[in-house]
Amino acid sequence: MKERTKLLLIAGVFLAAYYIPWGHPVIRQSGLEAFIMLQEYTREHVLTCLIPAFFIAGAIAVFVSQASVLKYFGARASKILSYSVASVSGSILAVCSCTVLPLFAGIYTRGAGIGPATAFLYSGPAINVLAITLTAKVLGWQMGLARAVGAIIFAFVTGLLMALIFRKDDAARTTGQIYVPDTDTRQRSLLQDSLYLLTMVLILVFASFARPAAGATSFWPMIFAYKWYITAAFLMILVFMVKAWFTKDECVNWVDSTWGFMKQIFPLLIGGVLVAGFLLGRPGHQALIPEHYVQTLLGGNSLWANLFASVAGALMYFATLTEIPILQGLIGSGMGKGPALALLLAGPALSLPNMLVIGSVMGVKKTAIFCGIIVIMSTIAGLIYGSFAG
Amino acid sequence: MEIKVLGPGCTRCQQTEKIVREAVAEVSVEAQIEKITDTMKIAGYGVFGTPAVVIDGEVKSVGKIPSAEEIKAWLKS
Repeated sequence: MKERTKLLLIAGVFLAAYYIPWGHPVIRQSGLEAFIMLQEYTREHVLTCLIPAFFIAGAIAVFVSQASVLKYFGARASKILSYSVASVSGSILAVCSCTVLPLFAGIYTRGAGIGPATAFLYSGPAINVLAITLTAKVLGWQMGLARAVGAIIFAFVTGLLMALIFRKDDAARTTGQIYVPDTDTRQRSLLQDSLYLLTMVLILVFASFARPAAGATSFWPMIFAYKWYITAAFLMILVFMVKAWFTKDECVNWVDSTWGFMKQIFPLLIGGVLVAGFLLGRPGHQALIPEHYVQTLLGGNSLWANLFASVAGALMYFATLTEIPILQGLIGSGMGKGPALALLLAGPALSLPNMLVIGSVMGVKKTAIFCGIIVIMSTIAGLIYGSFAG
Repeated sequence: MEIKVLGPGCTRCQQTEKIVREAVAEVSVEAQIEKITDTMKIAGYGVFGTPAVVIDGEVKSVGKIPSAEEIKAWLKS
């Protein structure tokens, strides 16, 4: 950080502290909402959902071989395979856009071309494990599922459309040697790796198992009653697997990469929750932004509300996962389910700073069309989801 | 020799640069170390993953933080 930026930052904080009318009842209420919302997150979501999800993300980063995925992005890879892999690979390869952009540039200039590159560019930040789990936990499993399915379909369709629109200049790509991360020698079979990941996913599912609605059939309340025993049993299985199958170095790497994600994402998420709480408040509680503004702009399921949500989402920068508390605040203030999904689908993949980098890689025209496709599809997906979910 | 550390401003890339600098200081070889953050330049090396380390035009590691021992071995060869 430059010295001048630091000065500006300090001056900004000073001016805010000086001039904001902290004693005003609305500001007081908003400040309180911010911290109550933070407490809600730490109590409800961190231990049972985020921590297991971080361990899963860490395990994926360390144990899933990137090379095995990246070989599908080479210039000579089969087209259908590279589109399919690109659409789902976000869940394996990327948690933040800092790994996505260089890889995107590589696939675009030297690898499989504009189609798979843009498919990957979209899917990377949109369908990572952390984002989907936290969406499902905070906003409900329907929204989590809609986000995951929507993101995969979007990635595929966006890639195909881009390749179709720009099929002529794909030939201009340079060819040359490409370097993918090394495949490390491994002692475990694919089955062992899958079982190990599956166990962690099951721990996550049972640990964050929601209290079923009153009057539900006997099955769900029974699981809920025994959820801690089930979780503990899976934890024991996990400990056994780790002891039997993994070397000490691998465990250290796993914990290291989990810790890396936590360091990177927790502060951002806490900031995001505080901002969301301050501006929007918890559902049913008033904060800084009056609810009728949100209701007029984003309420219901009109074409306008969905379009506004996707354009706003496309322009705004959301640090990893912060879109979720912000969306929770918006929904609480009266945003419709459809516009919420539109924002989730357009938001994390696009932002103004991100567009500038993409523009420097593939030019203004292609970037504009890429963003246009995503905004239009997000709007349509929002309309469809909104008409089902109400 | 000329060492380039490729990667945008993510923490893993900064860590790699730090380890490279330490290794160079320890082995005490003549080396210019440059951090490359421009996405197109990174792609120009053909690396499919960051952080990456390039020594004298040769790609040495991709998509991981190399250990100090590995870097020293590259510096000596």
